[in-house]
Amino acid sequence: MPDTMTEQRAATAEAHRAAGWKPVSLQGWGRSSTAPCLAARPERMRELLAALDPPEGRSLLPHGGGRSYGDQALNTGGAALLTGRLDRILAFEAESGEIVTEPGVTFADLLEVFLPRGWLAPTSPGTAFATIGGAVANDVHGKNHHRVGSFGDHVLWLDLLLPDGRILRVSDDEDPALFRATIGGMGLTGIITAICFRMQPVPSNALRVRSRRIPDLNAFLAGFAEAAEASWSVGWIDALASGGALGRGILEIAEPSDSGLPAPKPKARSFPVEAPGWLLNRFSVRAFNALYWRRVPAAGREEFQHYGKFLYPLDTIHHWNRMYGRRGFHQFQCVLPFGPGETALRKLLETISAAGDASFLAVLKVMGRPGRGLLSFALPGYSLALDIPARPGVRGLFATLERIARDAGGRIYLAKDSLLSAEGFWEMYPEAQRFMEIRGSIDPEGRLSSDMAKRLALA
Amino acid sequence: MSTTVQPTWLMLGASSAVARAFAREAAAHGAGILLAGRDMDDLERQAADLAIRHGVPAAPVPFDARDIDSHAAFVADCAARAGGPLNVFLAFGVMPDQSELDRDPSIAAAMVEANFTGAATVLAALAPVLEAQRQGVVVALGSVAGDRGRPRNYTYGATKAALLTYLQGYAARLSRSGVRVLCLKAGPVDTGMTWPLPKLPFMVSPRAFAAGAWRLAQGKGGASYLPRIWWPVMGIIRSLPTRIFNRLDL
Repeated sequence: MPDTMTEQRAATAEAHRAAGWKPVSLQGWGRSSTAPCLAARPERMRELLAALDPPEGRSLLPHGGGRSYGDQALNTGGAALLTGRLDRILAFEAESGEIVTEPGVTFADLLEVFLPRGWLAPTSPGTAFATIGGAVANDVHGKNHHRVGSFGDHVLWLDLLLPDGRILRVSDDEDPALFRATIGGMGLTGIITAICFRMQPVPSNALRVRSRRIPDLNAFLAGFAEAAEASWSVGWIDALASGGALGRGILEIAEPSDSGLPAPKPKARSFPVEAPGWLLNRFSVRAFNALYWRRVPAAGREEFQHYGKFLYPLDTIHHWNRMYGRRGFHQFQCVLPFGPGETALRKLLETISAAGDASFLAVLKVMGRPGRGLLSFALPGYSLALDIPARPGVRGLFATLERIARDAGGRIYLAKDSLLSAEGFWEMYPEAQRFMEIRGSIDPEGRLSSDMAKRLALA
Repeated sequence: MSTTVQPTWLMLGASSAVARAFAREAAAHGAGILLAGRDMDDLERQAADLAIRHGVPAAPVPFDARDIDSHAAFVADCAARAGGPLNVFLAFGVMPDQSELDRDPSIAAAMVEANFTGAATVLAALAPVLEAQRQGVVVALGSVAGDRGRPRNYTYGATKAALLTYLQGYAARLSRSGVRVLCLKAGPVDTGMTWPLPKLPFMVSPRAFAAGAWRLAQGKGGASYLPRIWWPVMGIIRSLPTRIFNRLDL
């Protein structure tokens, strides 16, 4: 009876539409998987509350800027609550730097509004298009982690909308367990409706950035040790270099500058089309990486950079993720504790270099204190991050990398991940059990879910 | 502006995404903002956001387009609160599905009351204030749907056509006092109103729409398509012979 089915389908679509739901296909930033679901995009609290009961008893997941890489913000066959239109700054204290925002406010908003007044987000991921709600849910970190910790460390309280419609203010004093579950909680404890955190004062809109070439991994680790007191530090590694050059790269160290730069004119370009799959191969990427290395003169370089340029180098090219072609890419990021981590770091780089699978620069970073969240990523140690195109064999490579990280007591960053195994996750995140207990108490029917939650047995 | 005092923009239907974007645009240019609507919690949030982002005075005012008896007092309140001359951005309106309007006359009547009756009465109440200040601009949100009644949304389109006709006379009246009136014949904007609908042509973001509206608001007034592409498109749609028009699924 095809006619009845068509009619039924039309009636269902009509009912979804009337309730503000639209069928969409969401992707993570890595574009390696696509999730069909229903999505609502509330513009105010009243609409958000109305969207708490998606049709047909579907599960629900908040979705912010769409900048996490894998399946953490996807909910195949379920419902997604897009928070991007909830973008109001609700309060700001010019004495303390305390700010309250709705979840859809982005780091770009904060930079635009507050940098001219001498305030900067306490820490920031590598893209300004991430939302503050997402920054809490992924407990993100930046190039100043070794000094200031993760984003969650700067949060004073959160307003959290639970699946049953209650809004709770959670902090270290009120519902501290739920607070710790929500920081880094991947959106699985509710919808964050307001975030109070502290901005950091900066003397100008610019940094003094010193860059120098680093010949190999040992020199890199020594360079980071010397730069322990630097405000900002990050290393770019040529992940295809091998042998004596293994781990060669560029170390960037930056300090706030007292004198500012003229405000840059916004000139965003866009990666216009999806690149053909063959564009990135071991030869083209090797050539790019070598050029990148030589870009910095042998004697090093010192320059002034606007915070926007230093913190968000790729944001001037919109849709840069299309560079990896139709199949997309995966990002691998892990942190390895100091000590045993050094050998593991070498092993990771050897494995990646030997696989020879086109990978641009890897990012090496020293991390400081552990995060506050039950599922926070940060550990004191070395963090390594790199993109790998989604090609046949990539799963095997990731499994090997996961094993190396696991054996060294490291962990993989959920914000970037799309391939971690459930067993690996439960070993790397010792507080996952506690997280599940709290999740069970606020969401006994399991109304919040995600593709990642199902993959990692957190559903 | 003919004065150094910053104007205050009165946003009618301030919670709508288009009004929100326009309020940010006006605040970025230094104007004060009065946010008129029913969802006071939301308007408080918006006022805080505007004040923090742009350092301008911004305040919510309760307003219900359908409660026409309240309009006189509402206008007096707004006139008293505005620091400088008052400008008006009329953005309220609803767009229920045509099938719903056909099925339930009370929904259709409520829509006409909000989209046209409420607009006409609140503008009438505002006219003396605008005439007395002898300057200012009124921007009202019309729609390309008002250009020709299409099966998909003709009841909604009719309210916007009525609004346009009203604004023509209103503009002529206020022109004698140096007040400009602009009717924006809006194409689809990517808002909550259009979100659940299947993909619409030439859709623009609220931010882009607001930037265009701000530019037009500095001009002479009259009626303008926004974005501009709707001028040729609607030119064609309006000139289609009825016989052909009735057969198209527009």
